Amino acid sequence: MNLTLEDVTKIAHLARLALTEAELIQYQQQLSAVLDYAAMLNELDLDNIPPTTHAISRHNVMREDRVEPSLPLEDVLFNAPQQADNQFLIQSVLEE
Amino acid sequence: MDVTTLTLTQLREALRRKEISSVEVTQAMLDRIVAADNEIQSYLTISDELALAQAAEADRRRAQGDDSPLLGVPVAIKDIICTKGIPTTAGSKILENFIPPYDAFVVEKLKDAGAVILGKTNTDEFAMGSSTENSAYVVTRNPWDKSRVPGGSSGGSAAAVAAHLAYAALGTDTGGSVRQPASFCGVVGLRPTYGRISRWGVIAFASSLDQVGTFGRTVADCTALFQVVAGYDRRDSTSLNVPVPDYEAALTGDIKGLRVGVPKEYFIEGIEPEVETAVRAAIAKLEELGAEIHEISLPHTRYALPAYYLIAPAEASANLGRYDGIRYGPRVPGKDMIDTVKQTRALFGPEVRRRIMLGTYALSAGYYDQYYGRALKVRTLIKNDFKTAFEKVDVIAAPVSPTTAFKIGERVNDPLSMYLADILTLPVNLSASCGLSVPCGFDSNGLPIGLQLIGDTLAEATILNVAYAYEQATSE
Repeated sequence: MNLTLEDVTKIAHLARLALTEAELIQYQQQLSAVLDYAAMLNELDLDNIPPTTHAISRHNVMREDRVEPSLPLEDVLFNAPQQADNQFLIQSVLEE
Repeated sequence: MDVTTLTLTQLREALRRKEISSVEVTQAMLDRIVAADNEIQSYLTISDELALAQAAEADRRRAQGDDSPLLGVPVAIKDIICTKGIPTTAGSKILENFIPPYDAFVVEKLKDAGAVILGKTNTDEFAMGSSTENSAYVVTRNPWDKSRVPGGSSGGSAAAVAAHLAYAALGTDTGGSVRQPASFCGVVGLRPTYGRISRWGVIAFASSLDQVGTFGRTVADCTALFQVVAGYDRRDSTSLNVPVPDYEAALTGDIKGLRVGVPKEYFIEGIEPEVETAVRAAIAKLEELGAEIHEISLPHTRYALPAYYLIAPAEASANLGRYDGIRYGPRVPGKDMIDTVKQTRALFGPEVRRRIMLGTYALSAGYYDQYYGRALKVRTLIKNDFKTAFEKVDVIAAPVSPTTAFKIGERVNDPLSMYLADILTLPVNLSASCGLSVPCGFDSNGLPIGLQLIGDTLAEATILNVAYAYEQATSE
């Protein structure tokens, strides 16, 4: 599986990663190598095999709908790079 | 008496008999860390003041008649497990200076049991690696040969225990990250069944594979720590709500009649001859102790590595989406919000970015069925291999890693060769089994070799007892 530079650029955008040109070229080679290796899985006939998502499956683990204390606001905001008025502060995302 | 040479279980007895106080032991350990860890670099953070306060509290509790299981015992914690008030970085620049507002479940359990937390140990960034070289902070050295890696990703914890810089330590094992460094550093490392220990407060790498594990210098030490941290917690809906047995009492050393399976697929091309020889000798020792040896087959073993390197990155790419510089960690400003997120996420190191890219691709439209979907089906086959095997045998014995500790720098630029270090450990993570590494000798360079013992779902007591029997029969 040979990824193109365009493929890698698209993946980086989807993953929200800023990469330099040199990094894109390096990842193009390395990811292609790993995907080549993964092609080994094509040797297997998997048509009637169900998927496994967890080692031990549990379904719909429910709890009672009860209000419980959560972290104090000052603890929640303690690690924030920027904050204002008890909220996380970010750049504006909507145009004026 | 040099208290730092005691095992955890010996120390626990000395504390119980009040021959020594926790403050004295903790101070001795902290002094040793200052003297010796410059060379090893097993710790990222040493929480000395808190440790001494916890030790003083443990001594007060002792004076009042408290005899909690780890009262006053100094331990270390992998820096991917949240500790309230103590920086927790996951070995990443993207969590530089992050101070968790709460303790992980396992840290709560340690505190309840009276343990003293010495500090946080080095890890590959977000536990992604097999050598601890992917840490954004320091390179940890193998105490047996400082030009070599300690293994990874829990290399800091393994090295700290091996170098007597902690009496025991916590790690995490997503593809072998407890067993492989335990093997490389000559200590005991247990990776329990998925769900045996709550993952609450453990920074997520691959949620369907992650599990906390324990390190000790002896099987009894590793078990003593496991005994305390095992358990269900409703804050982790994947943790198993089943009773915690008395693992320490299960260490009888009696393995007569136990059926041990030896999988032919684990003795493949690429295994160093000295590793194979040591592991086969260990299996012969188990037979001498009364176990029955059976050759078995785990036919899909060779597909575990490619399946793992699609599943784990896929889960990681989703889990690591949360690091966007908004709520915690540093923020690198860009021209708009999206660009800020992209620039901030450039703080991830090369291996983490590689896996995020790989996972994003494997999950992306048009490729999902071809990669992630196929890998999940292969996971079923691997899980069934173990299920079939455990109908015939009680325990599986195999090497932990194909090689002993490799040189620092040798594999960092070749991701696939690094991934191969986990080829014999990650089938356990993909299945519902548990595994451990117990030392079984040295190669001609004096580097430790590990015997891997794999057990069925929740059969930790069985594999620990086999390891204990082997250890008792072979220790001088």
